[in-house]
Amino acid sequence: MASGVKPRVKVPKTAAAGEAITIKTLISHKMESGQRKDKEGNKIPRSIINRFTVEFNGESVIDATLEPAISTNPYIQFEAIVPEAGEFKFTWYDDDGDVYDQSKKIAIG
Amino acid sequence: MEFSRRDTLALGLGAVALTVLPFQVSAAADDAIASFTGGADMADTGLTLTAPEIAENGNTVPVSVDAPGAVSIMVLATGNPTPDVATFNFGPLAAEQSASTRIRLAGTQDVVAIAKMADGTFARASQAVKVTIGGCGG
Repeated sequence: MASGVKPRVKVPKTAAAGEAITIKTLISHKMESGQRKDKEGNKIPRSIINRFTVEFNGESVIDATLEPAISTNPYIQFEAIVPEAGEFKFTWYDDDGDVYDQSKKIAIG
Repeated sequence: MEFSRRDTLALGLGAVALTVLPFQVSAAADDAIASFTGGADMADTGLTLTAPEIAENGNTVPVSVDAPGAVSIMVLATGNPTPDVATFNFGPLAAEQSASTRIRLAGTQDVVAIAKMADGTFARASQAVKVTIGGCGG
């Protein structure tokens, strides 16, 4: 189930070289835990984002493994160093094999 | 209301079951910790876990972890049907080894975080969170 999935990230447009910046990410996803039951008592199958990675110019910033205990619309905030101008690449991996990505450029200044 | 001998016995058994139950629940969490640390000792300092003391809604409980010098941090909810919550692996461009997210908690329980440091040691932190409405919708 991959309808209405929309990734959103908040990255400053510019930073000083070597500066630490805070990045906030949110992806709209219902994160079905696999624990809930429908009206007939059948288990609703698990459907979550199971992995989230961030790279800057190809180098890893964070690589998170997510489990069903992460809330609906997974929100993740972390700190990154910006050594030079470049591009952050955010990738979310869905249980159903879908991959959602988003990139944000950042300039030095 | 009078209690018969049978009622009293049943009550007693119920009370015993209640006290034993939490230990069964956390056995899965202990397994997860053991597989992450390989049974190594864990220090009590070096890792900060921030979570609210009381969470009204167990569906979104904000937690953050911060462990300077860690390579990865695992977060566990000991009272959930499956205790694993998330594992953060930090790359060379992570400015601080910290992350914040929102998690689901099935009920009042301890949230535990384990950090694996760059030198191979481990640190542990835990925080009790009271949950008014559980977040696993059983």
